[in-house]
Amino acid sequence: MEQAPPDPERRLQPAPLEPLGHPDAGVESVVGEEAEGARDEGPGDGTMTENNFWLKKIEISVSEAEKRTGRNAMNMQETYTAYLIETRSVEHIDGQSVLTDSLWRRYSEFELLRNYLLVYYPHIVVPPLPEKRAEFVWHKLSADNMDPDFVERRRIGLENFLLRVASHPILCRDKIFYLFLTQEGNWKETVNETGFQLKADSRLKALNATFRVKNPDKRFTELKHYSDELQSVISHLLRVRARVADRLYGVYKVHGNYGRVFSEWSAIEKEMGDGLQSAGHHMDVYASSIDDILEDEEHYADQLKEYLFYAEALRAVCRKHELMQYDLEMAAQDLASKKQQCEELATGTVRTFSLKGMTTKLFGQETPEQREARIKVLEEQINEGEQQLKSKNQEGREFVKNAWADIERFKEQKNHDLKEALISYAVMQISMCKKGIQVWTNAKECFSKM
Amino acid sequence: MEGECRAPQARSSGLPAGGAGGESPGGDAPLSGSSGSSALLQAEVLDLDEDEDDLEVFSKDASLMDMNSFSPMMPTSPLSMINQVKFEDEPDLKDLFITVDEPESHVTTIETFITYRIITKTSRGEFDSSEFEVRRRYQDFLWLKERLEEAHPTLIIPPLPEKFIVKGMVERFNDDFIETRRKALHKFLNRIADHPTLTFNEDFKVFLTAQAWELSSHKKQGPGLLSRMGQTVRAVALSMRGVKSRPEEFMEMNNFIEIFSQKINLIDKISQRIYKEEREYFDEMKEYGPIHILWSASEEDLADTLKGVASCIDKCCKATEKRMSGLSEALLPVVHEYVLYSEMLMGVMKRRDQIQAELDSKVEALTSKKADTDLLTEEIGKLEDKVECANNALKADWERWKQNMQNDIKSAFTDMAEENIHYYEQTIYYGPIYSSCKEKEEMI
Repeated sequence: MEQAPPDPERRLQPAPLEPLGHPDAGVESVVGEEAEGARDEGPGDGTMTENNFWLKKIEISVSEAEKRTGRNAMNMQETYTAYLIETRSVEHIDGQSVLTDSLWRRYSEFELLRNYLLVYYPHIVVPPLPEKRAEFVWHKLSADNMDPDFVERRRIGLENFLLRVASHPILCRDKIFYLFLTQEGNWKETVNETGFQLKADSRLKALNATFRVKNPDKRFTELKHYSDELQSVISHLLRVRARVADRLYGVYKVHGNYGRVFSEWSAIEKEMGDGLQSAGHHMDVYASSIDDILEDEEHYADQLKEYLFYAEALRAVCRKHELMQYDLEMAAQDLASKKQQCEELATGTVRTFSLKGMTTKLFGQETPEQREARIKVLEEQINEGEQQLKSKNQEGREFVKNAWADIERFKEQKNHDLKEALISYAVMQISMCKKGIQVWTNAKECFSKM
Repeated sequence: MEGECRAPQARSSGLPAGGAGGESPGGDAPLSGSSGSSALLQAEVLDLDEDEDDLEVFSKDASLMDMNSFSPMMPTSPLSMINQVKFEDEPDLKDLFITVDEPESHVTTIETFITYRIITKTSRGEFDSSEFEVRRRYQDFLWLKERLEEAHPTLIIPPLPEKFIVKGMVERFNDDFIETRRKALHKFLNRIADHPTLTFNEDFKVFLTAQAWELSSHKKQGPGLLSRMGQTVRAVALSMRGVKSRPEEFMEMNNFIEIFSQKINLIDKISQRIYKEEREYFDEMKEYGPIHILWSASEEDLADTLKGVASCIDKCCKATEKRMSGLSEALLPVVHEYVLYSEMLMGVMKRRDQIQAELDSKVEALTSKKADTDLLTEEIGKLEDKVECANNALKADWERWKQNMQNDIKSAFTDMAEENIHYYEQTIYYGPIYSSCKEKEEMI
């Protein structure tokens, strides 16, 4: 490894919220692409040394998957799959890539990384992981996590996840992510030491905020609706696609039976025999062609699934906004009520009900000194409150600004990716049709020679 | 049925005819529909006048496989066809045209049944008129078939559609069922008309021409039920014997029939299954397209692409429907008819064996008893003739049947292949997003 070892103190601090350097400084896809000129212009800030790592071209790949057995937290034997992550730095000059790091990770570690990112970058639409369990399965596909096809698709999904993070202008600079790729042992402890689990917002708080927030930014409300719709429509699409795949499989495979029967029949025929036999062969070809076709389609389904899961990431950002907004509203409300209390005490009028007020009424007036003391306390609290409100406001605005920037970036990425995927799907269908025409033309020729 | 004056032409699948395949766009089969086989037999004899373009359909080309040997002119009515035929004096050209249509339901106190209208147009002298219209029910067809079997025990009588389908159809009078049956009955009668021997059968003539009451009284003239039952019992006993002394060529024939029967039954099952799978695929696809439209409603940039994919899926749907209907019109009825034929053939083999067995038992009686040798010898003489006739009839009909079978099967499967090609060609065009697809394709 060429870089100086990372500054140990840095790893406990979350990366700053502001994107550093050019927003485009992160590459679109790190694998084998030319670095943008802008990338070399990182900020001159010395604390960014380790970030220069990303400014060289790097390639990340999840190149292998391996079945392992080990003991889990409860000391029970378990089988799991480990994935080999290789990082290569590509030298500018001669284009050769040098393997800089290589380590094994399992799915749960990926999850840990993602959860960490979710906590420390709440304004970012964090790329999703491939599904934990196989869903939207059609009958031929196995729902077993150990099935080699599933493992293979997951390997690709995990690689995709890493590439997405590495090409994100902000996420790519994160220390923990860097360590994930470079530090095999001890990484888990390092992540846990950041204490991110404690910093996470409680689900209950978030839910509460969602219901009670009065004035969220309209764009986020719309975004939430959009992400609900996106999730619903993609789920539906994937379900039906799985059923369509099933049926298509059936149609093709039944034709394979013709092959066998034609062949047996040809044995008793003199003139028709050859035609039958060769037609039968084409039926076999037809029947087996569906396997590749559907395998390609599975890849398409995975692309859709990524955006299905992205919908949840979008919702997470919206939730954070609602939480912050609610927090702000509560703080403002609290401040307003304190101000009012203060005013009442100062002027002697009681407009608002307060227990203290009642008890004093019942049990005797407080002394002017006591009242002064209370006013002073309140004034201090009000001051503090105003400071807090100011900074919360500031935070809120920052959040909205940064989140919305990332959302715009995400939208473009989504439109680009999904458009590509849909067109690829159409191209797949065209290719399937071409194969079909080929096979049936051959078969027809055989039939006509009978 | 496309109108009552329609000639009883086989649809693309049916009887051997040069270009009757699915390629003819109008779906009209050329005139020679049923005469293919007779054309084959008469190929050397036919001497077509070059000027008679109308009769090109009676192709000199003995190869019935050549689909491009003519451009058929579609006659619009049997009458016009008859007029054409009258130019020739050849007695073996088609002079009997039969259509089966207009199923009608009849309700009586005892039962409900369907009758079919049968129109016959002919130029044959032995018919009193040139046109007949009668109504017949399934029972009548059954009677005809039995009579033909009795009269010609070793000829391959065309099969009737089944009495009822065991699975699937609960109601006898389901529209699809009736239509399928009607088509099969139509084919049944036409096959008889095309058969060089059966076409002149007296019962066949009565069936086509007699009024209802005439038919009933004619029916009663045949051998009674009891005598028929007696024959059956004897027949079973004899047929066991006949199997042992079967000559070599009939052993081969029997072997063929057994294997053919197996295979055609399998093909029938496979074809039905394919239809079912295609139907289910179609049902799912119907739901698939609209989801993309739904999605496009919440997108801006993606809307066009999504709508494009949706329209392609719709196109695929329509093409699937067409493919299914092609399958059910071209392939399924043909395959099924040959399933029934294979059962028929086994019956024919049995009957041949019975006739042989009769002879053999008399011969045995002669050699063992030595009683009444004169009488026995005379009987044996007659039976030997009978056996020889039966065998020859079967042999000739067998060749004819095999040829027909080959043509029909070839035609049916070629049509199926054509349907599939057409299906894929239909779905390949991707409409508004086609250009983007082409771009991408070129990149691959």
